Amino acid sequence: MSETLTDTPASAPQAARPPKPPGSLGRNLLGWLQAAPLTLVLLAFLVAPIVMIVIVSFWRATEFSIIPDFSFENYEFLFGSQVTWRVFMATFKYALITWAFTLSIGFTVAYFLAFHIRSQTMQIALFLLCTIPFWTSNIIRMISWIPFLGRNGIANQTLQNWGLIDQPLEWLLYSDFSVILAFVHLYTLFMVVPIFNTMMRIDKSLIEAAYDNGASGFQTLLHVIIPLTKPGIMIGTIFVVTLVMGDFITVRFMSGSQKANVGRLISNDIALLQYPSAAATAVVLLCTVLIVIGILLRFVNIRKEL
Amino acid sequence: MAKARVGYTRRSMLKAGGAAIAASALPAPMVWAQDIKDVTLRQFGTGVSNLNDVAQKVKEDLGFTLEMTALDSDSVTQRAATQPDSFDIADIEYWICKKVWPTGNLQAMDVSKIANYDKIVGIFKDGKLTPESEIAQGTAPHTVGFIPEPGATEFADEQTNWMTLIPTIYNADTLGIRPDLIGRPIESWTELLNPEFKGKASILDISSIGIMDMAMVCEAMGEIAYGDKGNMTREEIDKTIAIFTEAKQNGQFRAFWKTFDESVNLMASGEVVIQSMWSPAITAVKSRGIPCVYQPLKEGYRSWGGGIGLSNSLSGLELDAAYEYINWYLSGWVGGYLMRQGYYSAVPETSKEFMTENEWGYWFEGKEATDVITSPTGDTLAQAGETRDGGDFYERMGRVACWNAVMDENQYMVRKWNEFIAA
Repeated sequence: MSETLTDTPASAPQAARPPKPPGSLGRNLLGWLQAAPLTLVLLAFLVAPIVMIVIVSFWRATEFSIIPDFSFENYEFLFGSQVTWRVFMATFKYALITWAFTLSIGFTVAYFLAFHIRSQTMQIALFLLCTIPFWTSNIIRMISWIPFLGRNGIANQTLQNWGLIDQPLEWLLYSDFSVILAFVHLYTLFMVVPIFNTMMRIDKSLIEAAYDNGASGFQTLLHVIIPLTKPGIMIGTIFVVTLVMGDFITVRFMSGSQKANVGRLISNDIALLQYPSAAATAVVLLCTVLIVIGILLRFVNIRKEL
Repeated sequence: MAKARVGYTRRSMLKAGGAAIAASALPAPMVWAQDIKDVTLRQFGTGVSNLNDVAQKVKEDLGFTLEMTALDSDSVTQRAATQPDSFDIADIEYWICKKVWPTGNLQAMDVSKIANYDKIVGIFKDGKLTPESEIAQGTAPHTVGFIPEPGATEFADEQTNWMTLIPTIYNADTLGIRPDLIGRPIESWTELLNPEFKGKASILDISSIGIMDMAMVCEAMGEIAYGDKGNMTREEIDKTIAIFTEAKQNGQFRAFWKTFDESVNLMASGEVVIQSMWSPAITAVKSRGIPCVYQPLKEGYRSWGGGIGLSNSLSGLELDAAYEYINWYLSGWVGGYLMRQGYYSAVPETSKEFMTENEWGYWFEGKEATDVITSPTGDTLAQAGETRDGGDFYERMGRVACWNAVMDENQYMVRKWNEFIAA
């Protein structure tokens, strides 16, 4: 690990700082100029839209018009409604379960790729294989589950042919099960990639050292590999959690519109032209996701580990 | 919608200045006939009437280009209300008109320029199908069909020279069923919540239409007596949603659908055996060889009507083209096309000329088909000897219990609807 650290560009400037240009103003100016393009891009495309959303969330709306105003009506309704709490709980539930599954599958796949496949060519080939489903749109990948899981779908027919069940399983489709299945299917790769990446950077001699000191395979995994892959796990977690919490289309299709998460609440509001109310929900969702990520970052300092 | 267009557009002509004056002040027929070929009208609307065949026929008959965009009802409303420059022609429903008209994004049409105005069915003019028929509840088309003067944002109570939408199609909706999977007669709206169909029912997730279907069910069950289903009180909305929330939590519904295709798939795959449905969706299921009936129910139909509205920014040559298009629309070809899918045309007389006697008899007069009935795309819909569900035009449209509607308490209803979906 220490070796990889000194390789990173972040630590390079300390070793060889370029000669200071004369005059601190000139240097500052140059610094500002270098930072300016990114700052402007972020201001225009990140900060400004969020500020707009926050402003609109205090407006009021009627059927066909939006009234600039400063009113807490949207938030009052949001926090006062049972539905909001239920829907946020459902969103957390989806995020948590999906996270657990994508993590265990993603970790296993990455572990296999990183430690069991010896040749690098094979590693790359298998890794690319994982990405093949991503060559199609994720809506198509999601919808293709529907005929498979349906009441008269392949899954039910196969199970019935095998004599495992007499009646088709109703909960296979349009249920929490199908929603989570689709999430796991869609987002596992987001877990595989960062974990695989950190695993590849683990110094193999550390693992050998663990074996030499008499650690079993499981002990090595627990005390060497998992701690060293934490940053990858954390990055994958952030991907999966934010994707699931912000999703609305998967929940709509896979639950047959029967279940709701926060994204659907927002999309319903937008569809019915209730922009201020949608904005208020979006602000609350944004804060929630930021808090979740803030908590996650407490566990691992990603910047240090990268 | 920033589409590259060929030749003139209204805007480029305005920029050209001189050219614009020449085109509008000296409308020599030759110039006009050539120019209209370069006109592109952008139409958007729900999938029901946004058909590519119509655009092709427009190109053949009228020479100009019609670009079609099909969206779901909510998106249509949203677009008409918020993006007035993104369309020239809005193909919307009357209840959407009630929502959108006050934004001022549409312009009224001069009735005197509509050739077939006199032949338009009474429903769209004074609200009466026949002189003795009663006007159903809800947003009946004639109540939002006219305004007192150009530029007005309020609707007129009677016929005036200024029409908001030119009626194009309409129909009477009811529940669709799979007779093969149900195996017994269905006669009432109450069957939607019958525990017998637990996990096999569906309703549409478009609040303003869904609430009406719910109301039809609740009224039929005798649970709620509505003052006006098309304009419920908060209490009525609460009760209606409560009944359906309970049913949902008991697992009555397999899914909710939002688009036409979803409803077809739910029915065709057998996931659902009874659901709110639209007529062409039944046609689509049938054309896959799966039995499906648009079941007339004793409480009557929930009806809807659509029409074409003109964007407020249309003017000059493009406005002329739009009037041309409207007159063409009512002249029969489109009507015949739509009627052969099970809709009704606003001017049935003219459509008759574009249908065979057999088709006219089957679709409009409710007679037995004398030969195979096919859809405009060539799929077989009925064999000789079959009759249309629900009978003839007057029997079906005469039994409309309510029209799709926007209520005064719409915002409240929407919130309750969201709760229902999230429940």
